[in-house]
Amino acid sequence: MTAEIRTSDGELLSVKLKKVERRRRTTAFLLAAPLLFFIVFAYVIPIFQMLGRSIDNAEMNSFLTETHEVMQTWDGSEMPGEDVTSTFYYELKTAVENKYHGKIATRLNYEKGGFTSLIKKTSRKLKNFDENANFLDQFIDVHKKWGDIEYWQALKRGTDAYHFRKYLTTFDYEQKFDGSIERIPEKLRINVTLWLRTIFVAVGVTFCCFILAYPISHLLSVLPTRYSNLLMICVLLPFWTSLLVRTSSWMVLLQKQGVLNDTLVSLGFVADESRLELMYNMTGTFIAMTQILLPFMVLPLYSVMKTISPSLMRAATSMGATPFHAFRKIYFPLTYAGISAGSILVFVLAIGYYITPALVGGAKGILISNRIAYHMQQSLDWSLATAMATVLLIAVLVVYWLYNKIVGIDNMRLG
Amino acid sequence: MALPKYTEMRYRVWHYSYLVICTAVFVFLIAPLFVIIPLSFNAEQYIHFSDGMLALQPEAFSLRWYEDMIYGTKNPWGIAARNSVYYAFFSTIGATVLGTVAALGLSSRYMPYKQLIMSVLISPMIIPLIISGSAIFFSLAKLGLAATFPGIVIAHIILGTPFVVITVTATLSGFDDSITRAASSLGSTPTNTFFKITLPLITPGIISGALFAFVTSFDEIVVILFVAGGDRNLTTIPLQMWTGLREQLSPTIMAVATCLIVLSTFILIVTELLRRRSERIRGISAQ
Repeated sequence: MTAEIRTSDGELLSVKLKKVERRRRTTAFLLAAPLLFFIVFAYVIPIFQMLGRSIDNAEMNSFLTETHEVMQTWDGSEMPGEDVTSTFYYELKTAVENKYHGKIATRLNYEKGGFTSLIKKTSRKLKNFDENANFLDQFIDVHKKWGDIEYWQALKRGTDAYHFRKYLTTFDYEQKFDGSIERIPEKLRINVTLWLRTIFVAVGVTFCCFILAYPISHLLSVLPTRYSNLLMICVLLPFWTSLLVRTSSWMVLLQKQGVLNDTLVSLGFVADESRLELMYNMTGTFIAMTQILLPFMVLPLYSVMKTISPSLMRAATSMGATPFHAFRKIYFPLTYAGISAGSILVFVLAIGYYITPALVGGAKGILISNRIAYHMQQSLDWSLATAMATVLLIAVLVVYWLYNKIVGIDNMRLG
Repeated sequence: MALPKYTEMRYRVWHYSYLVICTAVFVFLIAPLFVIIPLSFNAEQYIHFSDGMLALQPEAFSLRWYEDMIYGTKNPWGIAARNSVYYAFFSTIGATVLGTVAALGLSSRYMPYKQLIMSVLISPMIIPLIISGSAIFFSLAKLGLAATFPGIVIAHIILGTPFVVITVTATLSGFDDSITRAASSLGSTPTNTFFKITLPLITPGIISGALFAFVTSFDEIVVILFVAGGDRNLTTIPLQMWTGLREQLSPTIMAVATCLIVLSTFILIVTELLRRRSERIRGISAQ
């Protein structure tokens, strides 16, 4: 049996220790709490709320609640009965009185083209309806489109409280009114191309950054400090320089009348009329992104290489390994941590790139982020934009999780 | 890195080609920045090296684009610069205070759920800006803060804090706890210890984090595109550059870019001095 150790104030040491530890835990948490609450409430929750928009249709559902409920019993195989049409008539009448029928028209138009004019015309004629006669016939009298069952099917689907159809659109699929899922017509397919291009660019840029960063990180790590500090400027100056400055310098260089083409022409490598198309395509996006993201690869690689003792390579060669063999078997494996840290960082940054592709890439060089921005700001199809954003976010979070697993978030270093 | 005399020919070739490759990469990194500087002194409208410039004739160079930047009425660079500095200043203060305090808690051994909380705090740096931008915009709009000064500052604080958290935790990870224990054993109160011992030691880390936050806000373009909502009075330098670059590449933009390069050179010098000071304080001599 162990002796009971007590502190000077007579408490059991183990109890006292636990108390102190609890107090320290609370202190530590309280220090982190303000920022944690700030980030959670001002950032994390808004992100989830925004992503909710990709499936949310509650507003529409609240406009036509009863119609939606009555329609649940209608299987959509033949024209709806009077229970549906009469409910719809009364709810549309309320909508017109409260002036939100425009919203209904816009929203239903996403489900099926032609709904905008259909709802507008019907709304104007509602006052002429005879509430004792057959509603369906009167609807068809107002506009013959009401005789097309697809409009009723679209109405049923368009009033669901939530839906996942935008995720199909994200990958160029659509759900037909009979429930089957098909790819959209070939000339409309753009999203899959953009996803593939984004992944291709992210992987390609990461690979190029790795190839370019490896030798210079090695050089920086073996040079005497006063030389390496000087060369480090070449890495850190671009790192600290505004993204737009670097993008505009690439525009100056890569344009058709730009510095690079001018030089090639004056040196006689390229004829004046066949100047290279370096901008407004993938080439431009690729070159500019590689240069802009290169420091993010160099810095982690350098910090890992700095810790590798040169005597390891010397030992390997003294035991008969050729320099290449020693590099492959000794040096390269020791740099894995730096490679994974740098690659993941570059990949995550590249996959969400927006500014550089928009300016240098033109129509042929845009990435998925540009498409999200387009739907956010121009087409205003927020459900589609947020559905795409959700897919992108999941991709990034998977990589982030891997980073955490391999490198550990605590080991992240900047500069 | 002179090679020993006995090096075989093929390794000699390999070594020199390695140096050539490294030089090429360094040029690739730095040259684009230096192309802009002479072009900003161009006397002509067009963005290319005129024959006069190549022959170094003095009349081919001028300061007219700098004059246009300062006095020109077409682009509100003055308002943009003032706004950029204001946003960056206030968001840096917010991000630095919140980030430093959080980092103090996070580097404690007793911090519960450290990994999880750290991941949440770092997330604004990892999540694509287009997602952050639209989410922050929607939430600010709900509070009626979209396209307002406080709204933009809040957005920039969110983006800046991860950098402060990372740099300050990194500084604290090399912090020797026995110093603070020595202080308390000598009768110092925890508050006194913090301000007299801990804070001076981690100041280089805090300043470097603050610089990161400042630059993040000063260069930020994606989120402000959403949050500023096209209000000309809220515009910033990056926003003006973005608008300008989308229309056409004007020499005035080259002049602005040159000013920004000078600014980043200044920041680079400050960070380098900080790094040296930090090494000196901790007794690691710079070799």
